[in-house]
Amino acid sequence: MSNTARANILARLREPQRPECGFSERDYLSRYDWDAAERVRRFTERMVAVRAEVHHATPDSWLDVVSQVCTAKGLNNLLVSPETVLGKQIHAQAERFPTLKTYDQPIESWKQELFYGVDAAFTGTTGGIAETGTLIVMPSADEPRLMSLVPPVHIAVLEVDKLYTTFAEAVQAQGWVQTGMPTNALLISGPSKSADIEQTLAYGVHGPKELIVILV
Amino acid sequence: MSSEFRNTVRANLAKPEVRANFYRAMDGLMTRRLDQFPDKVELERLRTQSMAIRANALSKLPELLETLEANLTRNGIQVHWAETTDQANQIVLSILQKHNAKSIIKGKSMVSEEMGMNHFLEALGVECLESDLGEFIIQLDGETPSHIIMPAIHKNRIQIAKLFHEKFPDIPYTEDVDELTQTARRILRDKFYAAPVGLSGVNFMVAETGTLCLVENEGNGRMSTTAPSVHIAVTGIEKVVESLLDVPPLLSILTRSATGQPITTYFNMISGPRKPGEKDGPEEVHLVLLDNGRSNIYSDPELLATLRCIRCGACINHCPVYVRIGGHSYGTVYPGPIGSILEPQKAGVDVHGELAQASTLCGACSEVCPVRIPIPSILNRLRYDGVRKDTANTNTVGSGKRRTLSEAATWKTWAWAATHPTIYHAGSTLATHFKGMLPTNLGAWTTVRSAPKLAESTLHQQVKHLGVDHE
Ligand code: SF4
Repeated sequence: MSNTARANILARLREPQRPECGFSERDYLSRYDWDAAERVRRFTERMVAVRAEVHHATPDSWLDVVSQVCTAKGLNNLLVSPETVLGKQIHAQAERFPTLKTYDQPIESWKQELFYGVDAAFTGTTGGIAETGTLIVMPSADEPRLMSLVPPVHIAVLEVDKLYTTFAEAVQAQGWVQTGMPTNALLISGPSKSADIEQTLAYGVHGPKELIVILV
Repeated sequence: MSSEFRNTVRANLAKPEVRANFYRAMDGLMTRRLDQFPDKVELERLRTQSMAIRANALSKLPELLETLEANLTRNGIQVHWAETTDQANQIVLSILQKHNAKSIIKGKSMVSEEMGMNHFLEALGVECLESDLGEFIIQLDGETPSHIIMPAIHKNRIQIAKLFHEKFPDIPYTEDVDELTQTARRILRDKFYAAPVGLSGVNFMVAETGTLCLVENEGNGRMSTTAPSVHIAVTGIEKVVESLLDVPPLLSILTRSATGQPITTYFNMISGPRKPGEKDGPEEVHLVLLDNGRSNIYSDPELLATLRCIRCGACINHCPVYVRIGGHSYGTVYPGPIGSILEPQKAGVDVHGELAQASTLCGACSEVCPVRIPIPSILNRLRYDGVRKDTANTNTVGSGKRRTLSEAATWKTWAWAATHPTIYHAGSTLATHFKGMLPTNLGAWTTVRSAPKLAESTLHQQVKHLGVDHE
């Protein structure tokens, strides 16, 4: 059935009166030339506007910031990869953090715990977008997709030298087409929210209620 | 004159609460969209660019669909083609059967509404649960969406509070939006936990990389496409774009036009099922490409612009007719201006052609449309197709079926008079002379308005009197 459908649809689309595209304006100019400080300012402004928390830190202080956030939120546990560069550093100082959990098995074998027993997850990011206040997250075997979705709090580190002005700029600068797309790539701009009831914003519908970004 | 459409319009106009809900919501949406485009020049530049991206994709549609299919397949996504909604439903069913799945959790998808999928599957004993908060609310009440972006926009907080209390009597009554939302979160989380199959729509498909893109705020789309072990995406064949760099401008103008957000919380790019070594994500990803009349629209050079639509809903938010009669009055899956051009083309102008007449052609819709679809011209064209005689020259379904002998005769007489100056002058002079004798009761029109009055003298007489020369 499917093959006949395919042939029929394509045949109909190939009938003689094929439309011409009369428009050529598909240029992708970057609209702004913000410097690094301006990118940080805009990113922070946008993130805060959608009720995300943004903390500024240095390579020496970010661990302290994460630890302080965990205390401030009263977290009982934190899901962190022991394999990534940043995750390793957290695991190395485990005593400063709530109970550390690891996503070291397929979801099927610990779904119950992830869905109902994890307070927060910590992940890295692939970059950020200043214009819209956005994190670029490309989940991997070490930091799987559900980490940034299921726990009620998501703490993410963004390195400021990977903060681009626009989405298009990030795609080009990081060569997404050339390197090929990962199974899942995400743009995350704030905590989960909805305006479905009377246009009133409510946070934490299905994803995290809180997004905490640490700029390093 | 009465038709199903007119009757539902009449019924909905008589519901002041629903009308108030629409007025409040659309007002806010229009303001928020405006705030997102402070720079008029940038807005027009972005509209032109977005139109060009969509027009380019349509000009290469069959090739891009083949490239898309090849790249999706290479990425491990299984592609299915459906000419009709029935075929699409059968494809979904066969995937469910293969996995012995008795339930499905759904992210927001208008194409699944178009397919009548819930109805189809539930008749076969498969539970379909909507997980978008708005969709969840209207599903509880046995309703259909009244807007393509905000399906429960016709309800206010109190109505939703009462509905929740009625359906979940164990949970204390509350009118607090946060608490209502948390109730839905708890209920749906259990469902996400258990669901074997998730279903979603698609906002853009990228041919170049074999990527499916989803735009959303809540996370229901991410949950539905990540937590269950099978993900089925359903979408129309027109949603393809050529390259990955076509996506950023479209995403930007989509979210700003739709809800006045600079971007949504989540933009999800799916390019494959779980790979070896990965610990989550679906084991299988399927894409169902639905035609359902789209290839027919594609064959008409003028109507084709309809397929540029990115379903932002801006035309709906700005439509003075929609805001008064509400989304349910249309009686179709897609309401508002986009519905009024899309539905008659899909189902036929004989079936839904009347929607194309429910417009004053004020042009607000085309003024806001991010991809510059000339909605009023298409409405006019569909009105013409409905009554045209030379149906051989159009592919529009149901062409000529709205033609009535009396209307045709009236216009024929008028056309004859207007092209015979002596007759026309005699007629207009006579009408002016005897204007006191013209009827003041013109049926429905005069129940709320006074009948038009003819002037003291005809335009020709006045021009003659003033001595105006020919230009
Ligand atoms: S017709 Fe234009 S304005 Fe209306 S939903 Fe489609 S893209 Fe948006």
